[in-house]
Amino acid sequence: MSPSSAQMKRRAGFDFTRWAIHPALIFTVVFFALPLTAMVVVSFWQRVYGKLTATWTLANYSKFFAKDYLLDALLNSIEVTLATTAISILLAYPLAYILAYRIPAHWQRFVLILTVLPFWTAYVVRSYSWLLVISEKGILNVMLMDIGLINEPLAMSYSRGATVLGFVHFFTMLLTLTIYANLVQIKSSYRKAAADLGASPLQVFLRITLPLSLPGVAVGAFITFVICIGDYITPQILGGGTEVLIPQAIMLQVSRAANFPMASVMSITLMVVVVAVYFISAKHLKMERV
Amino acid sequence: MPAWIKNAPAAAYLIAALVFIYLPVVVLVVFSFQDGLLPVPPFNGPSLQWYEKMFANERLMDSLLNSVVVAISSALVTTVLGFLAAYGMARRKPRFAGSIRFVLMAPLTVSYLIIGIGLLITLNIVGIPKSLFAVGIGHVVINLPLCFAIIYSQFGDHLRNIDWAARDLGAGDFHTLTRVIAPIMKPSLFASFCLSATLSWDEFIIAFLLSRFEVTMPVIIFEMLRAGLTPEVNAAGTMVFAISMVTVGIAAVVMVLNYGVKK
Repeated sequence: MSPSSAQMKRRAGFDFTRWAIHPALIFTVVFFALPLTAMVVVSFWQRVYGKLTATWTLANYSKFFAKDYLLDALLNSIEVTLATTAISILLAYPLAYILAYRIPAHWQRFVLILTVLPFWTAYVVRSYSWLLVISEKGILNVMLMDIGLINEPLAMSYSRGATVLGFVHFFTMLLTLTIYANLVQIKSSYRKAAADLGASPLQVFLRITLPLSLPGVAVGAFITFVICIGDYITPQILGGGTEVLIPQAIMLQVSRAANFPMASVMSITLMVVVVAVYFISAKHLKMERV
Repeated sequence: MPAWIKNAPAAAYLIAALVFIYLPVVVLVVFSFQDGLLPVPPFNGPSLQWYEKMFANERLMDSLLNSVVVAISSALVTTVLGFLAAYGMARRKPRFAGSIRFVLMAPLTVSYLIIGIGLLITLNIVGIPKSLFAVGIGHVVINLPLCFAIIYSQFGDHLRNIDWAARDLGAGDFHTLTRVIAPIMKPSLFASFCLSATLSWDEFIIAFLLSRFEVTMPVIIFEMLRAGLTPEVNAAGTMVFAISMVTVGIAAVVMVLNYGVKK
């Protein structure tokens, strides 16, 4: 196409379309990239009498890896996050499969929306809602005692299990969405061809559907990992102080001690873990397929 | 084998999953109408006393107003920035397009907590006090990647031609953008505005870290949680949920009506 007269005119002088990207770009650099850089810098600074001082040191890092309770927070977080991701995948996969292949097409969208609607429950109250269900006088204990399954209320809240339960509830919805989006894109002709060639339904699933749906699982699992390992509210409300996860440890450094260097070290460690997980799963992370 | 037996396990699993997903939501909403001090069985109601108490709670109502202001203003800024960036990317296909997209999308891969701590440290170094304004900035940071992606995905090649046509007919930059491109993009602009307003409205950790005297509603609800189980929290949570659903619902309907159901 030959350049139009408007294009010719634009050759000279200020070109607005070229600069349209810049506000967003500059905003992201100033309020996202710079703060993260500041965080890295501060992680090498010292705190003298509670004030940040620009003297360079590695002490914060060595302290983090020397103190058991700080390192434990990271390990606890990784354990809880891995458990959450694994259980959520196991619950979400059959659900997504049923939605994609067992529900009639014109009902699929409705049932899918129904399944992920509680996604929008108020974030701070989501964990609290589970407390209502599993607390000592909560509805679950009352029901179990009514049908005589138990005599004494079970102590379910304020434990690692409760934290994982709260997480699994939320991430099952998220994973159902990403796995479903992947499953409906797999052409039914692949499954039919496999069946025609003599594959049993189980073989069709194991050798056709499952491998082709792994990108959806990987993307969902990665998002789950990133959000879950950085979440403060769920362990704070449901975990009940039985153990400290890394976001809680970071918040303790910020709110109690105003120890920004240590909070930075821990935040950076958390980011390094996420980046590592990204590279481990990068092989399957084809975002455009979902 | 009859079809219903073949489908029974699938139906059972679906129902069990829906019970699991809806159990806490239903308990939250039902016991917000509790007539009594605790949001646990037995249910004596329905009563609106906890909603009355909530609307009489001045701190909560102040924070509600703050939340609305932060949500609307941050969503406006996010949508304008996202729209301009998407326009620039689609219209010019710039050099380094891959790198630009990487920078714009990068905040998605970092926890809100870490973004919040980074901003908090920066405020501290520069010597700016915490404020609702800082919370708004934080919310633009976390929502910009999503808004950019939504708007950019709706920019087709036909818009480039329309853009050229507008300019050939004598429209300047400003008029092309405000009178031609923006009206065509209105549904996705509106959807990304609603989405970022909802995410800001419900966001906790950045609001908690960056605000001080004036706080948003999730921060106040979190404070109320320390008092233990009370139906007032149920009422507040139900209201936040309802408002989020209405906003997201409107956005979804607008998107579907204008672009059809994409599969």
